[in-house]
Parts: sequence; C-alpha cells; structure tokens
Amino acid sequence: MSAVIEARGLTRLYRGKGQAIRAVDRVDLVIEAGETVSVMGPSGCGKSTLLHLLGGLERPDAGELYLGGDRVDGLSETAWAVRRRAGIGFVFQAFHLVDELTAVENVELPAILLGAGRRDARRRALDLLDRLGVAGRAGHLPDRLSGGERQRVAVARALINEPLVVLADEPTGNLDSRATGDILELFAELGGTGQAFLVVTHDARVATIAQRLLTMRDGAIVAQTRLDPGTSAAGVLASLADFGEG
Amino acid sequence: MRDAMLSLLAKEPAHGYELRQRLVRALGPAGGALNPGQVYVTLSRLERAGLVEAKEVEQPSHPDKKVYELTAAGRERVADWLSDLTWSKVAPVEFHLKLVAAAATGLADPVGLIDSQRLELLRELRQLHELARREPHGSDGALLLEGASLRLQADIRWLEVCERRLVERAEP
Repeated sequence: MSAVIEARGLTRLYRGKGQAIRAVDRVDLVIEAGETVSVMGPSGCGKSTLLHLLGGLERPDAGELYLGGDRVDGLSETAWAVRRRAGIGFVFQAFHLVDELTAVENVELPAILLGAGRRDARRRALDLLDRLGVAGRAGHLPDRLSGGERQRVAVARALINEPLVVLADEPTGNLDSRATGDILELFAELGGTGQAFLVVTHDARVATIAQRLLTMRDGAIVAQTRLDPGTSAAGVLASLADFGEG
Repeated sequence: MRDAMLSLLAKEPAHGYELRQRLVRALGPAGGALNPGQVYVTLSRLERAGLVEAKEVEQPSHPDKKVYELTAAGRERVADWLSDLTWSKVAPVEFHLKLVAAAATGLADPVGLIDSQRLELLRELRQLHELARREPHGSDGALLLEGASLRLQADIRWLEVCERRLVERAEP
C-alpha cells in the first residue's frame, strides 16, 4: 500500500473580527491507494475546509501536504492546477457542470485540458458514461438531466483522468432518496477500481460506504474508526428477527 | 411470532416446513436467523391454545405429516392482530436517560457517549446495507431492511441533535 495523500499538522485559520478561528486544526491524515474514507461531523467542524485543503482549493496556514509522495503545500497556483487536473477528481453537492457543454463534453474536458487527443478523450468519456449508466444522455445539456444523472456525469468527469483520489463534498446533498441510493451503489462499485475516495458528508448512508470513518469536531479529527465488515451481521439479524417470543 | 405465524396460515393450511419457508420469504435475511425449532414450538403452543388444528396427511412415500390450519378462534385472533395499532417503540428512551445521567453525574462524557453510539449505529447501518445489496430488488426482505435502515438513520440524526444541544448548553 502507498499513501496517495498524506497530511501532517495541516492547519487553516479563518480570521474574523476577533481572534483567528482554526477551521482545520493540526490534522494528520494518511489515505492509502484504493482506500475509501468518509468524514462526518457537525456543520462548521471544518470537514469541507479539510477537503478543500487536500484538493488544493485552499492553502494551509501551516503543515505539510503530500500528493502521491510529492510535497504540494508550497506549490504555485499554476503548478497546483496541473497537479489537480492529473491527480484529483472532485465531486460537489451542486454538480458544477458547465451548462453550455453536453454531458460528454463536460466529462472529456479535464482530459483535453491535460493534453489528451480529442478522439481519445471522447472515447474515454463515452466509456465512463456507459459504465455509470448514463450513456444515453451523452448528448444532453445538463439542464436536460435529472439531479441523479447530473451527479453521475460529474462522477464520470472526476474519474476521466484516472486520478489518485476522488474528493467528494456532500455528493448526495442535492439528490432525493432514490437518486442517493443509485449514487451510493455506484460508489460501492467504484470501490474496487483502485482509486482512493474521500467523501465528506452528513448523510449516514453515504458515510457507511467507507472502510474508514473520520469524525471531526472544531477543526480536528477526534476519532478514526474502521467500518469494514469483519464484524458479523449476526447481531443486526437477531434484532430484525426479534419480534416477540414464541 | 405467534401472531405472525397465525397470519401466515390464514391464506391456506401448511405444514411446519412450508410455514417456515413463508416466514423466511417474508423476512428475508432476518428470517434466515430464525431457529427452525422455534416454528415447531410455536405451532404446538398455538395448537394447545386452540388457535390452530393439526391434521395428519397421508403421504405415499414419506411418513405422514402434520398440516396446520387456523381454527375460528385463530381467524379471529388474526383479525384482531391486523387491526391492532401497537407500534414498536418510537423513542430511544434508554440512550436519552444515559445522556441525562452522564450530564448530571459527570460519570461519563455525554459527547463521548454520543460518538461511540453513533459509530455503533453506523456499523449496523453498513451491515444492513450490505444485506440489502444481496437481497433481490423489490423483495419483502429488502423492504424490511429498508425500514430498519431508515429508523437507524433517524436515530443517527437524533444523536446529532443531542450533540448540538449539548454544545449550545455549554456555550456561555
């Protein structure tokens, strides 16, 4: 196993009227290749800020950050943009698709920006849309798609450059229960593909797809727990079958 | 259990093995956890209570088997059961009382209790989802698992409310 992301003492301060608030407070974190990690915590606990720091969307005020073994916390904006394009896929609550581009054009864009040929990018984008069950929507603009379809397109876009890690911030926050279930099934299937996956969520259903759960409070990781199977389902089954004695 | 078995006999008489199959179909993976002996024990209790009647049926190549059938009293009991409005408990009272006790006595950290409990519920939720993934889509078993999952999710949300309340109280 090798670490795709490693953070040491990662800290982000927000300066308000009074003293600075530690939005992310000396976080140490290692995410291994292929690992699925979820982050939960009350709103304002710093979980989204942590995701932004790990993805280079915000800069830490202190600490070190490594992506694929390379130190990235001191990179320039341009250098970060290149690293991000190649190494990180993002999935956001609000999808962030380009409205003027069709589904397949949205998916192939990061590949083209990274220098892929148009024909190759198109083929990979169509493959991914097919894998995610939205091949039939490839030629549609985002506003013709349902929320669940838009998020599938966004997941395809996140995967097109085969990033080291996919960072997802409340990926089901704008979806109804049915579409959430579909996206979760998708994430579970993607779990075996070798990409690391970090998801920030307040939805317990989403959190439980991970192998490891981090709990954050006041900017710090206060608990790390494995959710892997291994514990038997016997207890859960017994409680389900417990509907009164004979 | 007794009422459930009576209700499964209401459609048509069945022998013990068939009845167990019906129960397993209705419950999905939860049914697999039932002790097979429990079905026979319950049937004999129901028979003693006059709610079912057992008839020996001749089988050409096997020993005779008992087929169970509802009596009039059994049918009445099923009707009562179907219209009874009792619901499984709606509030996590015991955990609530633990939180109250922890806050009042200082014997445990309420936030720590919430964290441990949440992890436990998340693990259960994950197990439910793994079971659900293996169930045929749209089966009775899957429907029961979804009910269990929704209740757990509600309990987890409630733990978040508990935590917010504790934080608000701690603020000056």
